[in-house]
Amino acid sequence: MTIRTEPMTVNVGPQHPSTHGVFRVRITFDGEDIVEVEPVLGYLHRGTEKLAEERNYVQVVTLTDRLDYTSSMINNQAYCLAVEQLLGIEPPPRGKYLRTLAAELQRIASHLIAVGFFVQELGAFGTPLMYTFRSRERILDLFEMLCGARITVSYMRPGGVFADTPPDFWPALDQFLNEFEGELEEIENLLLSNEILMVRTRGVSPLPADVAINCSVSGPVLRASGVNWDWRKIAPYDAYDQVEFDIPVGENGDNYDRFWVRMQEVRQSLRIVRQCVAQIEPGTVRRELPMVLRAAPGAEAYGRVEASKGELGFFLVSDGGVSPYRCKIRSPSLINLTITEHLLLGWKLADMIVSLGSVDINMGEVDR
Amino acid sequence: MRCVTNAEGMLSADGVLGGNPLFYFIYSAVGHVAPCWLSYLIAGLVIMLILINAVLLGAAVVSWGERRLLGRFQNRVGPNRWGPFGAFQPIADLTKLVTKEDIIPYGADKLAFTAVPVIMVAAVLLGTAVLPFAKDVALVDLNVGVLFVLAVSSLTSIAIFTAGWASNNRYALFGAGRAVAVLLSYEVPVVLSLLGVVIVAGSMSLGDIVHAQTVPFFLVQPLAFFVFIAGMSAELNRTPFDVAEAESEIIAGYHTEYSGIKFALIQAAEFGGVLVVSGLIATLFLAGWAGPVADWLGWLWFLIKVFIGIFLFVWIRSTYPRLRLDQIMAVCWKFLMPLSIINLVAVVLEVFFLRDASGSLSTADLWIMTAINMVVAGGSILFFGRFIREKVRTEEPSANPPSQVVPGVPTIGMG
Repeated sequence: MTIRTEPMTVNVGPQHPSTHGVFRVRITFDGEDIVEVEPVLGYLHRGTEKLAEERNYVQVVTLTDRLDYTSSMINNQAYCLAVEQLLGIEPPPRGKYLRTLAAELQRIASHLIAVGFFVQELGAFGTPLMYTFRSRERILDLFEMLCGARITVSYMRPGGVFADTPPDFWPALDQFLNEFEGELEEIENLLLSNEILMVRTRGVSPLPADVAINCSVSGPVLRASGVNWDWRKIAPYDAYDQVEFDIPVGENGDNYDRFWVRMQEVRQSLRIVRQCVAQIEPGTVRRELPMVLRAAPGAEAYGRVEASKGELGFFLVSDGGVSPYRCKIRSPSLINLTITEHLLLGWKLADMIVSLGSVDINMGEVDR
Repeated sequence: MRCVTNAEGMLSADGVLGGNPLFYFIYSAVGHVAPCWLSYLIAGLVIMLILINAVLLGAAVVSWGERRLLGRFQNRVGPNRWGPFGAFQPIADLTKLVTKEDIIPYGADKLAFTAVPVIMVAAVLLGTAVLPFAKDVALVDLNVGVLFVLAVSSLTSIAIFTAGWASNNRYALFGAGRAVAVLLSYEVPVVLSLLGVVIVAGSMSLGDIVHAQTVPFFLVQPLAFFVFIAGMSAELNRTPFDVAEAESEIIAGYHTEYSGIKFALIQAAEFGGVLVVSGLIATLFLAGWAGPVADWLGWLWFLIKVFIGIFLFVWIRSTYPRLRLDQIMAVCWKFLMPLSIINLVAVVLEVFFLRDASGSLSTADLWIMTAINMVVAGGSILFFGRFIREKVRTEEPSANPPSQVVPGVPTIGMG
């Protein structure tokens, strides 16, 4: 007698504990094996690109905060770079350093979230997540000192940052840098050589380098596949040409490598922050600019940064008005999602969640 | 008509319950004024009330303790709002859950769906029937106590499967399927590990097993202790074996659709399960109520040992990520199973050579066994640990692990 079995289609999301917001995948399972994957997007669409056309160049900064709300600083930076290109201006050195510093702190915070939730999705009951959030909270406190906000910072402006640091920021940053070293070690000791974590992630959902490049993924996901590609090195912006840092590169592109690359990037970001603190000099933080910025009609600019999730780009077209004629956002999370099928097909239900977590998407950025 | 006419009382009750002093006391006390059948019933109900309340209150304490401990492990405070150290939190939780709407999803099998929480709680309560809480204090001291406990504890898995099937929810179905797969895997090693305990104690009665532990069995049979804890983690659906209700994967697994009082009962069964299993561990491996002044303070030693067990489970839960289903099966069949067989063979051989003419073991014999078994346990865990590490890994890790940080030189064409 043969037992008839049939594939089962399950909607994972948009309400699911671990789809990073409102991501939805229709998955057909054969038992626990995945045979078909269909991502469904758009549950968090807020029309950021259209809204940008209705605001002037400075006001758009506040919209960028809400793209990838775990790395607002870096979004600010990407947009401001685009506007600066459009206007042909450059921020003063102190402004550049402050931006670099804030962006790297934000990268640490974002990677801590990514790692924490990655391990949470592996089934660790909260402990690693709480460890990483403890450190992230302190970074957010630093942001609060910088600009009064923790998540939606709006710290950067075209031409620099909006204000200089308060005097008590630097001692607080020093204290954080010293204590974070120990906290990071604690997290690494807990996770990096954890036997169950290795068993669950090593060799699971490998992404070959050629597939990664063909899908135009970027960021830690690309680097985990062994491709040494980082805009901070290739086309340095702000103060990145003044600081030394290494690019951690994975080997197999499996879940463990993606996780490992993030952990190493936190260390490198820490290095950058330390160098910024050592190199920064007093001065103005923002160029004198008119209240309302206007670019030449027909001017185009593409500002890109290496965000915590990959290449974040803002393509701006001006028609000579006070607001961008068109603002196209190249969001890393959306484009990194193109590898969903490569990652999931043939793997199990339990691996699916972990693989999605290892890509580290953020729905605010995917749906914009 | 009265049942008892003189102070000594006449107990013609069946041999099982009649051996229980509390039952006997209530039975004869009530018997002075009531007929036999009524006093029999009342005595039984009173004991049931005590046990059920003890287990459910215990479950509340466990749920509070677990959350507090988890908070400590995770660098946060945990519930601390109501009562000393937030100890009344479970009452607030229960009140909230009881006042919730009781939803039975469309298309669900109503009868099975409703029966599941009851079965789960009943299975946990039944497990406490044979536990000796203190010296000679057990509801019944069954001569097949170990067998009874194993049989009853497996009921939970059947309830889980029913829940998954009756919920008309695909996530619940995943949870149910996983629960059965896990049940099939852990059950054999657990039974085999308990066989060693039974052989050394020479009895299946939990009372006799405690008496036999002049040396606690977690020293005499470290392998069995290890296998039992791992297997019980799987049965209680706790990390690293909590695939049946893996929150990050399948929402809540089999109890996805449960709400209100049903959900409260399932939670009570889960935390009560931790309590009962910790009681089992205390009884089988930590010498139960045995300790200084065991005649009077037996309950205290028992409670302390139960809390050691609970702490162990919370600790494990807060530390480890979850294994995948196939990895759990690999661990159970390829790691725990050989370990429990090795333990069984070692114990059988030792008992065969060490026992005296009457077939019993002295304390010195137990210490000899401890020494041998410690070496056996260490060696076999190391050996099979390496073996299983290679087996459960999907792919061989590369010979050159990605541990070097490559200085940034772009490898593909510069933009």
